[in-house]
Amino acid sequence: MRPRVVAWMLVAAVALAAAGRAWAVDPTQLPDPALQARYVALTHELRCMQCQNESLADSPVDLAADLRRQVRELLLAGKSDEEVRAWMAARYGDFILFRPRYSLRNAWLWGAPAALLLLGALVSWRVVRQRSTLLAADQDPVEEDVRS
Amino acid sequence: MNRFLLPLGVFALLAVVLAIGIQHSPDKGIIASPLIGKPAPQFALPSLTDPASVVRSADLKGRWYLFNVWGTWCGECRAEHDMLLQVRRAGVLPLIGLDWKDDDAQARAWLTQLGNPYQAVAVDRSGRAAIDWGVYGAPETFLVNPQGVVVYKHVGALTYETWTREILPRVSTVAATRS
Repeated sequence: MRPRVVAWMLVAAVALAAAGRAWAVDPTQLPDPALQARYVALTHELRCMQCQNESLADSPVDLAADLRRQVRELLLAGKSDEEVRAWMAARYGDFILFRPRYSLRNAWLWGAPAALLLLGALVSWRVVRQRSTLLAADQDPVEEDVRS
Repeated sequence: MNRFLLPLGVFALLAVVLAIGIQHSPDKGIIASPLIGKPAPQFALPSLTDPASVVRSADLKGRWYLFNVWGTWCGECRAEHDMLLQVRRAGVLPLIGLDWKDDDAQARAWLTQLGNPYQAVAVDRSGRAAIDWGVYGAPETFLVNPQGVVVYKHVGALTYETWTREILPRVSTVAATRS
């Protein structure tokens, strides 16, 4: 390829990348940078209910825009992050939270790995103990005598 | 014997857990509403058919009603419209509509063209009321009891099966126990 063509392709790539930023899904800019940071974090951890594997921040859907506006209004009204999450979960269920909350209902889910690990440790300890007693029995001199 | 008992037990337990999981797994895409068993969201919105008047949730207290979220932009809503007209003819309980993020003129034309199954239609142009109801796609239908508590939610077009198997039994059992 001629270097000139390569150069033009590079320019095109850079231009496209810049255009992508300009047309980002969510152009929201809150006046306070701290608030803006919280807004960005929150919209990334809330699910778009219509296109369920995208966050509110990434989704171009109408409903996601409505919910982002809601997050914005709640933050501007002085609500805490937890209050915003609770507000969303009260309407759409825990499913809207990408980061699941601890609750009595899903406690067993959080506890299951630890319980299984403990169970595995118990089983392997018993197996090892059983094996070692068998080994000790094998080396019993009386038994050696019988065999020979 | 004992050697097989533990793996067998583990297998049986796993089978039971998975069977429960499969049985209870909801249809993909249908999300259980946290609103069920809770008071229905309050609203006071302009009426579609009579812009001067207001449709209020407070006015609906004391009786059963179906709350149906729709829009003229929604294909499934067209599909369920005949069923809604049937619900109106049955006269068991009133249908309250929520015209979600729609054009008023188009919505009115839709109702004159296809027939109006609603006792009242509230206009939610901004989509704010729909968010309170946890709506994530139209159509959605909620059954609200006389105490104002949401008892059932149906996502997608209302069908004859849902009407006879899910909605009517809920309305009539309570009516029967009261009499």
